[in-house]
This record gives sequence, structure tokens and C-alpha cells, in this order.
Amino acid sequence: MIKLVWLVPLLPLMGFIIIGLFGKKLSKGLVGTIGSGVIFGALAIAVGIFFELKNGVQKEYTIELFNWISAGKLSIPFSFLIDPLSSLFLLIITGVGFLIHVYSVGYMSHDEGFSRFFAYLNLFIFFMLLLVMGSNYLIMFVGWEGVGLCSYLLIGFWFKNTAYNNAAKKAFIMNRVGDLGFLLGIILIFVTFGSIGYHDVFEQAKNMGSGNTTITIIALLLFVGAMGKSAQLPLYTWLPDAMAGPTPVSALIHAATMVTAGIYMIARSNILYTLSPEAMNVVAIIGICTALFAATIGLAQNDIKKVLAYSTVSQLGYMFLALGVGAYTGAVFHVMTHAFFKALLFLGAGSVIHAMGGEQDIRKMGGLKKYISKTHITFLIGTLAIAGCFPFSGFFSKDEILANVFAHNKLLWFFGILGAAMTTFYMFRLYFLTFHGKFRGTHEQEHHLHESPPSMTIPLIVLAVLSIVGGLVGIPAVLHGTHYLEEFLSPVFEASSFRLVHHLSHQTEYILMGVATVVMIAAIYYAYTIYSKKNTIPVDEDEELKPLHKLVYNKYWVDEIYETLITKPLNLLSEAFHKVIDNQLVDGIVNGVGSAVSWMSGTIRLAQTGNIGFYIFVMVISIVLILFTQLF
Amino acid sequence: MITLLLIFFPLVAGLLLLFVKGPQVKTLALGAAILEFAIAVFALGHFHQDATTQFEWNYAWVQSLGITFHVGIDGISMLLVLLTTFLVPVIILTSFKTEHKNPSAFYSLILIMQMALVGVFVSLDGFLFYVFWELALIPIYFICLLWGGEDRARITFKFFVYTLAGSLFMLGGLIYLYLHTPGGHSFDIAALYSAGQSLDVVHQGYVFWAMFIAFAVKMPVFPFHTWQPDTYTTAPTQGTMMLSGIMLKMGTFGVIRWLLPLAPLGVEKYANLAIGLAVFGVVYASCIAIVQKDFKRLIAYSSIAHVGLIAAGILSMNTQGVQGAMIQMLSHGVNVVGLFFIVDLIQKRTNTREIAALGGIRNVNPQFAFLFLIVLLGSVALPLTNGFVGEFLLLNGVYQFNPWMAGFAGLSVILGAVYMLRSYQSIMLGETNGITSSFAPLEKSEKAVLLIICAAIIVFGVFPKPLTDIVSPAVDQLLAGLRVALGH
Amino acid sequence: MSAIQIVPIEWYLFLSIVLFTIGVAGVLLRRNAIIIFMSIELMLNAVNLLLVAFSSYLSDSKGQVFVFFIMAVAAAEVAVGLAILMMVYRNTKSSDINILNKLKW
Repeated sequence: MIKLVWLVPLLPLMGFIIIGLFGKKLSKGLVGTIGSGVIFGALAIAVGIFFELKNGVQKEYTIELFNWISAGKLSIPFSFLIDPLSSLFLLIITGVGFLIHVYSVGYMSHDEGFSRFFAYLNLFIFFMLLLVMGSNYLIMFVGWEGVGLCSYLLIGFWFKNTAYNNAAKKAFIMNRVGDLGFLLGIILIFVTFGSIGYHDVFEQAKNMGSGNTTITIIALLLFVGAMGKSAQLPLYTWLPDAMAGPTPVSALIHAATMVTAGIYMIARSNILYTLSPEAMNVVAIIGICTALFAATIGLAQNDIKKVLAYSTVSQLGYMFLALGVGAYTGAVFHVMTHAFFKALLFLGAGSVIHAMGGEQDIRKMGGLKKYISKTHITFLIGTLAIAGCFPFSGFFSKDEILANVFAHNKLLWFFGILGAAMTTFYMFRLYFLTFHGKFRGTHEQEHHLHESPPSMTIPLIVLAVLSIVGGLVGIPAVLHGTHYLEEFLSPVFEASSFRLVHHLSHQTEYILMGVATVVMIAAIYYAYTIYSKKNTIPVDEDEELKPLHKLVYNKYWVDEIYETLITKPLNLLSEAFHKVIDNQLVDGIVNGVGSAVSWMSGTIRLAQTGNIGFYIFVMVISIVLILFTQLF
Repeated sequence: MITLLLIFFPLVAGLLLLFVKGPQVKTLALGAAILEFAIAVFALGHFHQDATTQFEWNYAWVQSLGITFHVGIDGISMLLVLLTTFLVPVIILTSFKTEHKNPSAFYSLILIMQMALVGVFVSLDGFLFYVFWELALIPIYFICLLWGGEDRARITFKFFVYTLAGSLFMLGGLIYLYLHTPGGHSFDIAALYSAGQSLDVVHQGYVFWAMFIAFAVKMPVFPFHTWQPDTYTTAPTQGTMMLSGIMLKMGTFGVIRWLLPLAPLGVEKYANLAIGLAVFGVVYASCIAIVQKDFKRLIAYSSIAHVGLIAAGILSMNTQGVQGAMIQMLSHGVNVVGLFFIVDLIQKRTNTREIAALGGIRNVNPQFAFLFLIVLLGSVALPLTNGFVGEFLLLNGVYQFNPWMAGFAGLSVILGAVYMLRSYQSIMLGETNGITSSFAPLEKSEKAVLLIICAAIIVFGVFPKPLTDIVSPAVDQLLAGLRVALGH
Repeated sequence: MSAIQIVPIEWYLFLSIVLFTIGVAGVLLRRNAIIIFMSIELMLNAVNLLLVAFSSYLSDSKGQVFVFFIMAVAAAEVAVGLAILMMVYRNTKSSDINILNKLKW
């Protein structure tokens, strides 16, 4: 199976080319089949690779395809690295990707851009696979920018809408800010280690010892890239706007896969981070700040997708928190469970929006549980999973992260629990407002309400099952289970293991779990009281809010602040460059030289009086002068 | 012999074309250009991929003054000859749907210009280089003057005088070195090299500035660039393509062949300042591009940004920088021709180039939108397009010179996305308006040009190796020579 | 000892200088083109005289060869110059050179 690994990215690429070239001529059914089929093929190979890796002795394969770039000692092969980490990501990407493709067949069935949508989606999977399969940083960067491109294309999928286009552009540009950091990081890696292949870099880094400044700078530059792609403070504002794309895109790209690229990158470079405690602290602090910041915004949002978007930002913050305290396995574990339940939630939201005929405002929903029961149950499962309710998958991954954070720093743990409480609260707020109470939409909408077709509900059910059982691969020792995931990933994080050990007694762990569960139940109860028992509905747009509520509702005015601090000054600066410096100063000097020559000529030509006697006089005088200077 | 053929075939073809009247002029010009490309490909087939100079031809031209007609092709020349001979047929093809008055003169001038350009790239004699260098200016002057747009007389005059004045510095530098050649005056490249390298650092500094100003004007590098936006905007599309696609490379090529080895110590001494100017120009031009309203002018400024990075990479004098510059010269040539063609297509159909006035073309012509997107991605250096390989190597090269400068130059990665995506969105996306709703579909020749360009963008983004293989031995040898001269 | 050498060389020198100076003064001061022409001839002949004298004193015939050249050139110059003057006179009805200032500036 390992030998077929090149087929994994090639299949989606073929899908993209076929659908892209002939999509218009093929029927929608065929396009959907090809689009999902290639992903299924990739999934099948990924499963094969996974088992081969799990059962085999060799844990790392490098497959070189061709030599891509070479300049002097810089030689970059186009090659793939298959190890437990990339294999796990392959499974997540192709697995969740396949389900979302199937879902899209139903969801997009009435859209005129059906084939274009599948072409882009396949292209996205191709780049995402490159990202995780590359055996050096530049291939990762190829995938990294490639998924950014697909994200741009898919956010702006309905390209007639200016607001959507703006969101797409914002996503691409903001990602590019991070990409620049990543690119500089890659260059610094090359300058430092003379190679950008993972293998060479990590081997050398191991011997460099902890606290090396260069490594810290590398780690921070790479992290700038991760901030952009994984929507961390201060580069997160594109992700909520990215919800402009069709809902399957939000599920696949902006929840399950692409935004976790940053976590993959840091997990991949774990040695570099382990060697740099400063960088680790930065990662942890940015992570927890993002987690709390986004969670507070999530409390006051009324758009079903926006709530989920902020929840994604917040959950990504948790993953970075885990990375920052050295819990690499925990972070990857959470990537996996998050991919399941967040994809489930987004697809569920999609199903709700589908039923509501495009309405996304939860103030206009309510009581949907009796109309769309499959969506309702799966959505509830997703909500419980993200809240971290035992025994759903979120419980295990969140518990692992929080336990590690507790061992590392109690204050961080406290903030972590606070964030978890908020998460639970706004998720249940969303749930109660959407599915409970009375229907608050128009009559027409109520009439239109219907459960989605099977192509949409089946992926929901599969994801719901995964959200329930997904956590079982990582049962902590304290619950007498086996942490299969940790075993599987151990070769990747081996070199960093000296920092991974956390010393918590079983008793402490029980207490931590207990606290988390109590907090969760309290938050659920609180949400229940407000939004189900009292039937409170968030106020309308035009009503005046209390200052704090207003602050949160307006997302701390971060977009406006960026607009004032960056966009406007940049435009002003550019105008100044253009009008003042370029047109007047630089070009002024150039034209000035021209004018000066003209002026001089104009002055000197006055000597040509036309009086021949004068000419002769000057000639004679000149001859005399020349003779004098030559003779004496 | 083949080098002579490469130089003189376009000249002969161009002169013969003057006598052809009627509609077949375009086809004949295209045929001649394709034949020239075939000759170049034939030369490539017989080219040994090593550091030697091949297909040499050395004829004592003015023996008493040490001037020879010495031409030859090494890896660096080969790549640029290929670029020139590849782009000229493409450029001629772009004009198939445009009716120029007096077409035989127009195409004749393009071919004569091609002769001068090839001559510049293969010259191995300082005097000959200068002759070709100035010769290239004459046809483009007439192209811009006779077929240009608004206010062309003033703008073309400025362009001509500016570049001519710049070249004068180069002539001064060359003559200065000529007077210092060991054992009898000679303009031969090897003699000039040893003359330059035997000077002390102060005098090499003078030589550096003399040559650098000429090349900086041609590229152009900030602050010698103000002729460029006007000229690019006013020139007829094909003239702009010749200027930006090929002629600009004369400047960057000049730095590689006629500056680095002539005054290595001078380059080293003033590298901070020169690279600083180039890198500042990158960000400066990107910023200005953001606020342009005319799409053609926007691309003109974006070209300044790209070239600034190339110049910085070359002057940083390391393998990645110079190699990246070579790759980027090629990519930039292809991409910028594509972009200017897109401008031309839009202008022909809508009679405007104003970004804000357009919109929604994608609704009417999705195919064009897709091809435009690919060219755009090449231009913003997305990985797996040709723009990325060069840009990565260039940033890498500049980083080795000075990390801060690389970081600053890297801002163009962001700004490039800003101005390209903004204009793409404004031109192609959204709803159609009165101007764009009747956007005519692409003609066959237009589609062919865009497809060729897009294919080049993707193929050389994925497999840049054939290109690097041609050029890397020559670059390595050049840098090894420089290291010796610098005493590293 | 040829006839020329009867007169001392200094006398030739003085005479030449006087003749030449008269020529220069004539060119500078007079406005009539014909007179300027004659003054130029005077200068040329002053030089010729000197050349012949030195040629004889130094027994070197090169000087006399030069004189022939100068005479030939002077003759040609007079032919062209007078023709131009004729044309000028026909157009302006005057031989005053100050009228000829159309090419100023």
C-alpha cells in the first residue's frame, strides 16, 4: 500500500482536472460520483497505509517523486513522508472529506455551480494532502498556500456577492501575512541547517540543545504562519467572515481540516518547539487568549454559522494551548475529535439552514426538533461532544489537554476551564434557541421545513457515531483504558518526550475530570434556564445593548480597529507614495533635470547674437587667449 | 554560426517584411518569429549543459581599437535567448486581432528589436554589447512613438532620453575599463573582467555606479523608475510586452554579466545601498500599485516591484539569489506578457482600463476568468506556479545577505495579493454592468496565447528543473569567479 | 645667397605682423563684406610672405609648398565667397554684414 501513496493526492487532482474540464458536460450525478469517488479511493489507500504502518515494523517511509528545485546546496525534492502523524491526518482528511463530499451532493444539488464546487473541493483535498504528506517544509508550504487558494475560491464561491468576495479576499490576504512568516521561517531553517527536509532538520536540531535563539526565532516564525492559517490572535478575523462560503466548505475547510494545518505544522516540528521553551510559552499564551477571546464573542452571536466559527477559533486555541504545554498527542487527538464533532455541527447547521430555506439567524428559528429530528439528534450529539460530556469524544481529548495544562500551570488550567464553561454555554444556547421553544420564523418558512435528503443525513449519522466513539482511541490510563493514539504517534514525538511527562496522581486526575463535568453541567443548566425555561430571545439589531454586551456583540470592534490601524493608513501611505513622492519628488527631480537643461540652453543661446563682427571678435580673442595660454 | 543566425535572421526577416504589403504580414512575421524560436530550440538541443561558452564566433571587427565581433552562448545567455525567442512569437500572436496602421513597419520593428535583444544577450565584447544595447532602443522608440496612445510624443521622448542618458554612464564605465585593460586596449569581455578586477575598491566603486545606473534605469529600480509607468501605459500593447517581457531583462542580465564580474569589490562595497534601494522599491511600488485606477498602470508598478526583487537577489551575490533571479526573469517575462495581454483583451472589448468601471466579467466569460486567475496566481507567486520558485530562491538569497531586508521585501508577498486580488475582484467578480454585460468571447488566437502562457506558468512551476539545469553551471562558475575576486 | 636674404629676416617678420594686424583690424572693424574679404586675403598673404622668407632662410622648400597650397585654397575661397556675396547682394541690395543676422538664437 505504501507504494501507492502517490495515488492519494493524485486521485483528487485527477478529479479536479476531469470535473474542471468536462464538468459542464457531465450530469450532476456523475460529477458527484466522480468527486466523491476519488476521495473514497484516496480514503481506501489511506486506510491501507494506516494499517500497514500500525502493524509494520518500519514507522517512516519517504517516497521521492522528482527533484523540484535545486540551487547550489539547496535541493528540494518533491517527496512524501509517511509516518504515523501524516497517516493519521490522511485518514482525517480523506475520511471527513469523503463524508462532506457526499453531503455536498445533496446540499449543493440546486446550485448552478455544482460541478465547479466539486472541482474546487477536490483541488482542496489535493493541496491538503500535499500539506500533510510533504517530506520537507516547502512541500508543506505548497499545500499551505494551495489550501489558502481553495479557501479563497470557495469562500467566494457565490462570486456575484460583493460581501462574499470581500470575505474571500480578506481570508487570502490575512493568510498571506502568516505565510510570509512561514516562508521566512523556512528560509531561516535552510540557512541554519542547510536543508529543509524534516529528517535532516530534526536530526540536527536534536543536537543543538535547548534555549538556542535561532531555534526560537524559527519556531516563532513558523508559528506566525500557524496563526494565519489556524486563525489565532491577532490573525483570526478572516475565519468568521469565511462563513460566507457554502456550509460544506465551512465544515471541511474552516473547521475540520485546513484550519488545523497550523497544529499539524507544530506537531510536525515538535522538536524545534520542545527545544525552545520561550516559543512554547508564546504558543500557549496565544492559544489560551484566543480560546477565551473567541469564546466570549461566541456568547453573543446570533448567526448559527458565526457561533460555530467562533467556537472553532476557540477550540483551535485549545489545541495551541495543548501544543504550548507540550501535549502534542493531546493536540492531535483534539484535532481528530474536533474534526468529527465540528464537521458534524457544521453539517447539522447546514441541514438546518437547508430546512429554513437559507435563514441563518437563530432568533428566527426555534422548535425545530419536531420537524427535523435526525438533524436534531445528531446536532445534540455534536453539542454534547464539544461540551466535553462523558463518554463523548470531546471529553477524552479535552480532558487530556486540561490535565496536561494543569500539570504545567494551574492558572492556564483555570482559564481553560473558564473557556470550556463558556463553550458549553454558547453551544447549548445555540441548541436551545434552534431546536427548542416555539418556531419564530415566517409562516412560509414553517411550511417549507423538511428533513434533508439521505445524502445529507447519512454523513450526519456517521459523523455522530464517530463523535461518540472517536474518543475511545485515547482513554487515559486513569480510566483503565489504553491510549492507542499515543502509542501510535509515539515515534513522531519520541524526541520531545523528555518534556511530555506530566506527573499527576490518579486522584488529581479524577478531581480534574469531576470539576470539568460539574462546570459543564452548571453551564448547561444555566443555558437551559435562560433559553429554554424562560424562553429568552436575543434582542433585535436596532435595540440598544448594555456596554459589555455591546462590546462582545460587536466582536470587540477588532475589524474596525484593523481597518483604522492598518487598511486606512496603508491606503493613505500608498496615496502619499503615489501622489507626493513618486509624481512630485522622484519624477519632479527627473523632470527638473530636463527643465534645467532646457533653461541652460535657453540662456546660453542668447550668445548667438547673429552679429558676425561679434563672432569674429570672439574668435580672435579666443585665438589670442589660446596662444597666450599655450605660449606662457 | 548558429549564434550569428540567431542574431541576423530576425534582422533579415524584419527588413524583408518591409516590402510585404497586405494582410499576410502578420502571418509572415509570426512565421519568422517561430522559425527563430526553432533555431533557438535547435541551439538548445546542441547545447552542452555545462559552464562553457558555446557557439562562439569571434571576428576582429575594428582591429586597431581592439573591438571584436565576439558572440557566444553560455547557460545564462541560453535561457534569455530562449525567453526572447519564445516571447516574440507570442507577442506577435497577441496582435492578431488588433489592426495597426502600417503593419509591415510595425512587425519589422519588432523583429529588428528582437535582433538587438538577442545581440545583447550573446555579446562577449563590451563595445558590441553597447552597440546592441542602444540598437534595441531605436525600434521600441518608434513603436511607442508611432503606435502609442495619448501624449505619446512627450512620454516617449522622456523614455528615450532617460534610458539613453543612463546608457551613457555605462559607456563611460566601459571606456574607463577599456583604458585599463592589460596589454593593449581591448573591449573583449575577459580583458574587461581582468581590468575591472585589478582596480582597487574605490575605482571599482566608480565602475559599479557607472554600470549600475545604466542597468537600474533599464530595469527599472527605484528611484530611476519614473519613465516606466507612463511608457508602459502609453505604448501599444505589443510594445509594452517587448519592454516589460524582454527589454527589462537586459538590465538584470547586464547586472549579472556586465557588472558583478567587472567590479566585484564595488558591488560588495555598495551592496547595502543598492539592495536597499531595490528592496525599498519593491514595497514602494507594491504600495503604489494598490491605489492605481488604471489596470495597465497597476501592472506597470507591479513589474517594478518584481524587478526590484530580482535586482536585490542578483546583487546579494549568492547561488540562490542569482539562480532565483534567472528563474524569475523567465517567469516574470511570461507572466507580465500574460497580464498585459489580459489588459488588452479587456480594453478592446470594453474600451476602458479603469478598474472601478469594470465588473462581473466572470458571469459572461468564465473561461477567460479562469485563465486570468492562473496568470494572476503566477504573478502573486503561488506555489506550483512559475512565480513561486523564483521568488522563494530570491527571498532566500536576499535573506542570506540581510534577514531584515528579506523580511521587508517579503511584504510584497502580502501587498501583491492585495492589489492583484482587489483588481481581480473589481474587474471579474460581482454583477455585470453596462460595459461588461456584452463581453465578447475569446477569439482563437487570443485563447491560444492565454493557453500557452498558462501552460508555461504551471509547467515551469512544477518542473523548473530543466531551466535550472541550463543555467546553474554557468551561475556556479560566475559565483566561484566572484568568490576568488573577492578573496573569500 | 638668394635675393630674399638681402633683407634681414626681422624685417620680413615686422612687415608680416603689420600686414596681419591690418588684416585682423580690417575684419574686426569694417562692415563691408568686400573689405573684410580683402582683409582676409591680406592676412593670408602676410602668412605667405613669412613662409617664403623662412623657407629661404632655412633652405627648406616645404614652406614654399605650403604657400602654393594656401594660394590655391585662397583662390577657391574667393571664388566661393564672392559667389555667396553676389547672392547676398542680390537679395539685400547691400554688402553690409550686419544685415545678415537671420541665424541668431
